Amino acid sequence: MFAYNVKLAIKSIRRNPMITALMVAAIAVGIGISMTTLSVYYMMNGNPIPQKSDELFAVTLDSWGALRPFDVDRPERAPHQLTFQDAERLVDLAAGRRQTAMCESSLIIEPANAEEMPFEATARVTSGDFFAMFNVPFIYGDGWDKSTDANAEAMVVLTRQLNERLFGGEDSVGRWVTMNSTRFQVAGVIDTWEPTPRFYDPINGGFREINEMFIPFGLTRVLQLDSIGSDWGWKAEEITSFEQWLNSEASWIQYFVELDGDRDEYIAHLDAYVGEQKNLGRFERPMNNNIFNVMEWMDYHEVVANDSRVLLGLSFLFLVVCLLSTITLLLTKFVGKKSETSLRRALGASRKIIFRQQIVEVAVIGFAGGLIGLLLTSIGLQGIQYLYASPPGLVSLDWVIMSAAISVAIISSMIAGLYPAWRVCQVPPATQLKAQ
Amino acid sequence: MLQMTNIQKIYRTELVETHALREMSLTVTEGEFVAVTGPSGSGKTTFLNIAGLLESFEHGTFMLDGEDVSHLSDDDRSVYRNQKIGFIFQSFNLIPDLDLFENVDVPLRYRRLGATERKQRIENALETVGLASRMRHLPAQLSGGQQQRVAIARALAGEPRMLLADEPTGNLDSSMAGQVMELLEDIHANGTTIVMVTHDPDLAHKADRNIHLIDGRVSELSMVHAKEEILQAALA
Repeated sequence: MFAYNVKLAIKSIRRNPMITALMVAAIAVGIGISMTTLSVYYMMNGNPIPQKSDELFAVTLDSWGALRPFDVDRPERAPHQLTFQDAERLVDLAAGRRQTAMCESSLIIEPANAEEMPFEATARVTSGDFFAMFNVPFIYGDGWDKSTDANAEAMVVLTRQLNERLFGGEDSVGRWVTMNSTRFQVAGVIDTWEPTPRFYDPINGGFREINEMFIPFGLTRVLQLDSIGSDWGWKAEEITSFEQWLNSEASWIQYFVELDGDRDEYIAHLDAYVGEQKNLGRFERPMNNNIFNVMEWMDYHEVVANDSRVLLGLSFLFLVVCLLSTITLLLTKFVGKKSETSLRRALGASRKIIFRQQIVEVAVIGFAGGLIGLLLTSIGLQGIQYLYASPPGLVSLDWVIMSAAISVAIISSMIAGLYPAWRVCQVPPATQLKAQ
Repeated sequence: MLQMTNIQKIYRTELVETHALREMSLTVTEGEFVAVTGPSGSGKTTFLNIAGLLESFEHGTFMLDGEDVSHLSDDDRSVYRNQKIGFIFQSFNLIPDLDLFENVDVPLRYRRLGATERKQRIENALETVGLASRMRHLPAQLSGGQQQRVAIARALAGEPRMLLADEPTGNLDSSMAGQVMELLEDIHANGTTIVMVTHDPDLAHKADRNIHLIDGRVSELSMVHAKEEILQAALA
């Protein structure tokens, strides 16, 4: 009977192509807008590293001054970044399975070809554990080990794009790149890697492109690398040298740890470290050290802003408005079917059968609306990508959104069709037969 | 086959109350061909609608095929209509975008018959009315007489116990009307009970018995053919 109802639905749709087209358009626009918003929300709210998000933790230590908390509005919060000296020390203590201290910097690349102009590229200055911790895929070579960090060896891992630019995409492992007048040896080239949001650095932008290369954290001191990311400080310190900057109370290093044990145990480790520092006259505030897993860290930084939630709600309200228009059109369409309904009732169709027939018809219209809505969603996402110059592939249709679009279109259409279908069921079998 | 006792049907609006049938009693025996005549507004169509379980009524008792159908639920009435009654309407009431095969298929779909049986029944019914070769045509491609024959095929495909025809030749010229009546007589000859509403005295004369309605009451019963026992049963 379902196949028969689908066949009748298609015939009925052909009978009133204009009304049907308007209904499909209303549903498609509603689905297009709501699904575009949902896609963006879903992407922003998604887990960027589901395999390990419960094992990776951002670390915060409350190194702020006694007079006021880091965040006056939320005094329970410690600074989001660590001082260089604390980050360096925690890496050395290596209390987690893996740990990485990092910041963003930029270097001037001097191409081997003298005719090519030097250019600037952003770098993530990070510990060697970064790659294994965050499941970074490599096409050539690998990252670097602890001794490279410790010895401040000039190694570099390139992104696929930068390797394309410098070496034409060839396996460049072992080759040399001159940056800031220092020769770096290529340790590896990573494959396309676009965690969304950029969970390891929401402080400097959760939806930015990843840096173009990675260099050892140990080089910070040797090359006197400045951070191009955020830094915060509370203490009036005289800083006239880079060494003083590294030993200051300014917070500018992000720190992640990978744990395979109890998080409380690690916090106890942090407390013990801070206790030592207190004995040295640092860490004036009460003990307030914490760690946040990936999703907690996203919430902490409100990567998904409340505005996005409001926008999502508004877009679904718009879908409701589109469905209300569809209800009106359905009522018009079904009024035109009174004679046929009356005849079918006379020939033995019960109200339930007529109701199901109408609902299937509405579902078919909803399905068509859903397909066109998907097309509009795709256009909408491309528009967003263009408007906000987001990295390619940052917002895209995946099977979850596609299934959601079709399901929402069909289910919401069926709900919209309930009242019109009920109305048409009330047509008495006798009234229209004589009138025809 | 059909026994109505003191049936009363009133149509009400806010301003007026119309008595369509007043204490109407009538019996139609199995295999009989009855013509119902009467002036406009006499209650012919109301009678036919009640006989076909298309409308309910206020008072009285209605026995159909030995069962009391006075108080059936809407769903049960649908089942009865589908399984026991065939309808032929004045304006054919074919669905314009279904071909002949699909039109005849409509009541069979609601009976949940298998595809093979439905196909067999549809082909037989269209064969009976002489339109088997046109089963993939649309109704608009047929003449009025042919369309009415399709409507008859649709009624026959369900193998009903009783055929109800409301002015079946009302929209046809005399030649086509003659063909349709011949078909109805053939169907009756095969044992199907037929109740036909008509204005046309010539058509009514072809039935076994005429029932004349005036103001919602049976005013006259007359035998057309020599079936005295039928008249006696009806009068009783």
